Amino acid sequence: MKLPSSTRRNFTAGLLGSTSFWIYGGHKVWADALQSESSRPYQPQYFTSEEWRFLNAACARIFPADAHGPDGAVLGAPEFIDRQMNTPYGHGELWYMSGPFRSGAPNLGYQLSLPPRDLYRQSIEAANAYARQLKGQRFDELEPSDQIALLKTFEQGKMMLGAVPAHTFFEQLRQNTLEGVFSDPLYGGNKGLAGWMLLGFPGARADFMDWVNQKGAPYPFGPVSISGETA
Amino acid sequence: MCAKKVDAVVIGAGWAGSILAKELTEAGLSVVMLERGDERATAVEGDYPTSIDELRGAIRHRLFQNMSKSTVTIRNTLDQEALPYRRLAAFLPGEGVGGAGLHWSGVHFRVAPDDLALRTNVVARYGKSFIPEGMNLQDYGVTYEELEPFFDKAEKVFGTSGEPYTINGKVVGKGNRFAPDRSDAFPLPAMGDVYSASLFRTAAASVGYHPYALPAANASAQYTNPYGAQMGPCNFCGYCSGYDCYMYSKASPNVNILPALRQDSKFTLITKAHVLKVNLDADRKKATGVTYLDLRTQKQVELDADLVIISAFQFHNVHLMLLSGIGQPYDPKQNTGTVGRNFVYQTITTSRAWLSPKQYTNLFVGAGGAGVAIDDFNSMNFDHGPLGFVGGSPVWVNQAGVKPIAAAVGGPGGKAPTWGEGYKDAMVDTYRHSLTIDAHGSNMAYRDVYLDLDPTYTNAYGQPLLRMTFNWKENDIRMNQYVVGKIEPVIKAMGATRYSLGMLKDGEVFDTRRYQTTHLGGGAVMGTDPKTSCVNRYLQSWDISNVFVIGASAFPQGMGYNPTGMVAALAYWAAYHIRTTYLKNPGPMVQA
Repeated sequence: MKLPSSTRRNFTAGLLGSTSFWIYGGHKVWADALQSESSRPYQPQYFTSEEWRFLNAACARIFPADAHGPDGAVLGAPEFIDRQMNTPYGHGELWYMSGPFRSGAPNLGYQLSLPPRDLYRQSIEAANAYARQLKGQRFDELEPSDQIALLKTFEQGKMMLGAVPAHTFFEQLRQNTLEGVFSDPLYGGNKGLAGWMLLGFPGARADFMDWVNQKGAPYPFGPVSISGETA
Repeated sequence: MCAKKVDAVVIGAGWAGSILAKELTEAGLSVVMLERGDERATAVEGDYPTSIDELRGAIRHRLFQNMSKSTVTIRNTLDQEALPYRRLAAFLPGEGVGGAGLHWSGVHFRVAPDDLALRTNVVARYGKSFIPEGMNLQDYGVTYEELEPFFDKAEKVFGTSGEPYTINGKVVGKGNRFAPDRSDAFPLPAMGDVYSASLFRTAAASVGYHPYALPAANASAQYTNPYGAQMGPCNFCGYCSGYDCYMYSKASPNVNILPALRQDSKFTLITKAHVLKVNLDADRKKATGVTYLDLRTQKQVELDADLVIISAFQFHNVHLMLLSGIGQPYDPKQNTGTVGRNFVYQTITTSRAWLSPKQYTNLFVGAGGAGVAIDDFNSMNFDHGPLGFVGGSPVWVNQAGVKPIAAAVGGPGGKAPTWGEGYKDAMVDTYRHSLTIDAHGSNMAYRDVYLDLDPTYTNAYGQPLLRMTFNWKENDIRMNQYVVGKIEPVIKAMGATRYSLGMLKDGEVFDTRRYQTTHLGGGAVMGTDPKTSCVNRYLQSWDISNVFVIGASAFPQGMGYNPTGMVAALAYWAAYHIRTTYLKNPGPMVQA
């Protein structure tokens, strides 16, 4: 379906993007994750402006711009993460969060008392402090190559960012960035379905009766979102 | 508290509970089924397109257990302090009506008959000294011939698609030549092979293996089961595992049993009812019913019943027995007690093959139960003598529909980066042109692998969490490595441009952070000796004869096959003997 972008936005909002649909549909808790305004640019609801700049820089380094297309920030991953912070997930309500909180072998999994929103807050502050100490600037002010070097340091996990092992924070950031790029655009990322276009994932088509085995031919149709957006 | 009285209370609204509730109401009993989660109906929240939202579904755990209320603790060894499994990852128990039977994939096996008497078979073939020190190798106490009518019944209820090999001793089809004899055909023909599975079929045959279509509780055509429940033909949308099938093609208690059960006036389903314990009489010889917490009112309710069916998820069954004082808790140091003993899992590793840039595997196309497998290295289908390990693995291409978030977070595989420069190139190649092959193997039981109550952590209702003590053992690691080695020639025969073999490493420690499988087993195992089993061959508690414990908790070993078919057959088997023997003369059906 090819519609002018403004018409398409209205169509989308009218169909599924409205908060009322989700409340009616029994999905109240998810309504918070939905965009109620289609105006741009997105204003973060949870992150401070300093945190927001960190997130935009980090998402662009984790999912970089290249010949395949734009970076994770352009595709809305920061907006996705910001909106997720106000869901039960962001508040840690999907996790067992009773104490005592003790550290243990890494293979026994996450043992911090921090839900995602607090994990981001503490880690970003500590990451910026580390960047200032190392290079005299906040993370988002560094050259991309320095940002990448810093993210690699975090990934390798020998250091702490406040109370958070840097590796734990990095993995949270990496996972949420990729969720933003590849989830349905309903949640603020995957702008223009660009994440799905990259992989050749057809989104909500979900009917491959005629494509069970076409002997290795590529699937011919582009993606469609839950709200009916196409690319 | 208000006391009510029913003939039977069934705990948990998954496959085992729904089967028992159906059978017991057919026998004329009044049945209350208690489910701690929400009501779930495919027509309501399983509808298209809202149900096929990966973020809300598999990633944020729409149909999985809410960990904020209750979880387990895990440690690898007896001397370690167990820590809570705070975030779902390695295994994904269900919650809500349908349980894990709503979000499962649909691979629907029977059993390898040799696995039912694995100890007897291993000893007969290789001698007693072949069994490694510390391995609790046991028989189920029931034979395939005894279970066959119940496998047949379950397949007809589930609308299972498959290709038989023999029926009543005659070769009738191109199915699994290692599969046991059948009394009847599958209710539906096998699902079609997706491209990746067809490549595996050809390549496996070319190196001398015996490929067959996985038996799938995904309907290959429209179907009406014996209860009058209707299924639609699977369209390979790929939203099986982690989802409620909007096509009504994947069997679930919700689609295949509950529509009939809900019409029976003798049946009552109560949701948001968290069972705290099974109540016992003063002598601790009989169960009097259960106490549950009504999660809507936060009030405790006592429900009296003549018969108590514990049929929740595997480890919840064990947890409830420990909380209720049914049977003697297992002590690994003294080697006494049975509740929690023989806790088992499965060994699952994934290998990947990359094809040419002209070959598109379209990984998003798929069905959770469909694929092509080989059994040449499963169970006792090969000679373990020179290999020195017990167990085996089926091997398969089971393209279940790969979603983009799971693929992207999992990474491109091989040595490719998981973010940053080079990530997208590798991810595109993997998603468009690769396929995966799994070794889905057995896991034996060991003296120091078990379940008990955690001394520190509690659930939201103040009860101790269940504690898992689990680690990989050399026998199972070597089995996995051997079978994965047998995948390599298949990949080469496929003409893969490159490949990576996934296998357990020597000394590998169980990692709770990575999804492996939800096929947990044991802890309340069936058998013929009350010293080494919790329930008799009819899944009746040795200690409290009006309590039956139904589920994969009854498996003495983790088998190579997926467990649901065996769970369903055991549920029908137990129900049959309750109906024909127990109800006529309540009491122990086997004398201890």
